[in-house]
Amino acid sequence: MAELLFWPALLAYSEAAVAYLNDARHPGTGGRLATWGVRIGWLVQTALLGVQAARADGFPWSTWAGSLNLFVWLVVGAYLIWGCQPRYRLLGLAVLPLAVALFLLARIGGGTGVGDRSHYPNVFLVLHVGLVLAAFAGFTLAAALSALYLWQERRLKRRESSILRLHAPALARLDAVAARTIAFALPALTLGIAVGVVRLREHGGGLDALMAVTIVTWTVYGAYLALRHLAGWRGRRSAYLVLAGFVLVAVVRLALPVTHFAT
Amino acid sequence: MSIVLVGISHHKAPVELRERAALDSKHAGELARTLAGDNGEAVCLSTCNRTELYLADESADAAEEKAEAALLALESDLGPALYRLRGDAAALHLFRVAAGLDSMIPGEGEILGQVRAAHDGGATGPLLDRLFRQAMQAGRKARTQTAIGESPASVSSAAAALAEQVFGDLRDRSILVIGAGKTGELAIRNLVSRGASIAFVANRTGERAEELTERFGGEALPLARIEDELARADVVLSSTSAPGWVLTREQVERTLPARKGRPLFLIDLAVPRDLEPTIHELDGCYLYDIDDLEAVVAESLAGRRREAERAETIVAEEADRFRAWQASLEVVPAITSLRARAEQIRDAELRRAKLNDAERRAAESVTAAVLNKLLHLPTIRMKQAAAAADGVIYADAVRHLFGLEDER
Repeated sequence: MAELLFWPALLAYSEAAVAYLNDARHPGTGGRLATWGVRIGWLVQTALLGVQAARADGFPWSTWAGSLNLFVWLVVGAYLIWGCQPRYRLLGLAVLPLAVALFLLARIGGGTGVGDRSHYPNVFLVLHVGLVLAAFAGFTLAAALSALYLWQERRLKRRESSILRLHAPALARLDAVAARTIAFALPALTLGIAVGVVRLREHGGGLDALMAVTIVTWTVYGAYLALRHLAGWRGRRSAYLVLAGFVLVAVVRLALPVTHFAT
Repeated sequence: MSIVLVGISHHKAPVELRERAALDSKHAGELARTLAGDNGEAVCLSTCNRTELYLADESADAAEEKAEAALLALESDLGPALYRLRGDAAALHLFRVAAGLDSMIPGEGEILGQVRAAHDGGATGPLLDRLFRQAMQAGRKARTQTAIGESPASVSSAAAALAEQVFGDLRDRSILVIGAGKTGELAIRNLVSRGASIAFVANRTGERAEELTERFGGEALPLARIEDELARADVVLSSTSAPGWVLTREQVERTLPARKGRPLFLIDLAVPRDLEPTIHELDGCYLYDIDDLEAVVAESLAGRRREAERAETIVAEEADRFRAWQASLEVVPAITSLRARAEQIRDAELRRAKLNDAERRAAESVTAAVLNKLLHLPTIRMKQAAAAADGVIYADAVRHLFGLEDER
């Protein structure tokens, strides 16, 4: 059943990605189709996760591929909060292709089926994996917003005569929404790390590469919020900092988890 | 009934002629009612770009003469600039007008409201009412399904739209106006209409600055105090006739720490320019001069023209729908007569039959069903034939076959 739900979800996300591309090339043509693709895809993926949860003996997203599946759902879910607004459709151009690629990767890794039971307790996994993934989904969205900010800022700086043809969110709004997203994501990461640290103390074990990079990531986003509130950092510098943080998120999410899940 | 249009527009008539034929809504309504008389229909659409009379009458020639005479009575020199359209061409013209496709600036938004006002003030009957309602629908569709009316068409609206690209909603955004001349006034109106408020007006002479603040709000300042208040402004709009820089890069740079990362959007409408161009290089500062804004407007108008091609398709579809509806009117009397004759026969036969109440109810139900099923296809076919311009032939054939000539 879970396997069956994967394909319609992927199809809906792919349709949305193509519709967003079409909408960017010819504004007004694919926007609604794209939005509905995202909504339907997300609902089908929700059903898929529901089936996985119902059929699994324990927390079903404890593997690297399984967590990727959950991560995609969180990213698209977070995107849906703003993505339905016409001005944020450009954001879909970045988020949906990424979602499709990661969702496929999760499938290839076996993360969309019913996996084996993890040797970790369920409560720990729900709190630790859930919170960390929710935070990473927030950072991913903030990175997409910041990339859109830099692109829009560049167009304004170049005084592109076609700037009003393609509707993009305003700079101030992009900056504020990215900051708000991080303000929600960072406490989630803090709690997720705290849960991991508590377990590490109770059961022993050392600091691995993933944990170290996650702490650096936390520091970068913490610095972002501190600089924003204390030194008035806004705009281009802030956007670059968010993207720097996202590079670390990508490393944690894609390159390092194999070692962490193995432990 | 035929639809007739006689009018003048910006295509052929210069403004000197158009202004003499322009009517306010009250007089346009009066003229429409006079032209309609007791049995006709008439609507007068009068804007700064056109004065058009739409009439629906049994005689197209008579209606055209009436409309032409009415326009020439407004201004006798209109003759060479007049255009006359009938039937489908007149309908398509109105649909294009409502969609902004016949406007000076493609897709301009005011025309749709003007068409609505003309319809409301006119003497409409079934034909012109339907025509104008469908035209307004075509206009709305063209605007919602294409981007024809989305981009700005003037320097001042482009400046305001660019400010929105930086800040989003302009409510609670403050404007520092430098120079209180007429040049900047349109841009001020555009910014204020989108929610921005004037914080300061700096001018060489205090008198003119006071005059502007009285109208738009804000505080009048001498030019020397610009730098002091710059940190509090979100938008700077400059349009003085000063020969040198009124605001330099150094001045803006000094205020940046106090801005705490808030962006600054600067509009320079002056020639020679007031604001040092290198201000644009500063982080968070976006400076657009008159050439930059004109380039944005030119691109936006080109975009509108591209979208106009898509809007033409929408308008043509709507015009086709109207034509099909109008054509179906030709066969409606024949269909009504046919159904009435069939009902008459059914009723007569049921009266003749000796039935009790229950049997009569059953017979009425069965015969009504048979009659409806039998007449359904001919009704549909006649409407289809009407849409394909064969309606009159079919209607005549039906009248002849069923002996309905007397009911014509």
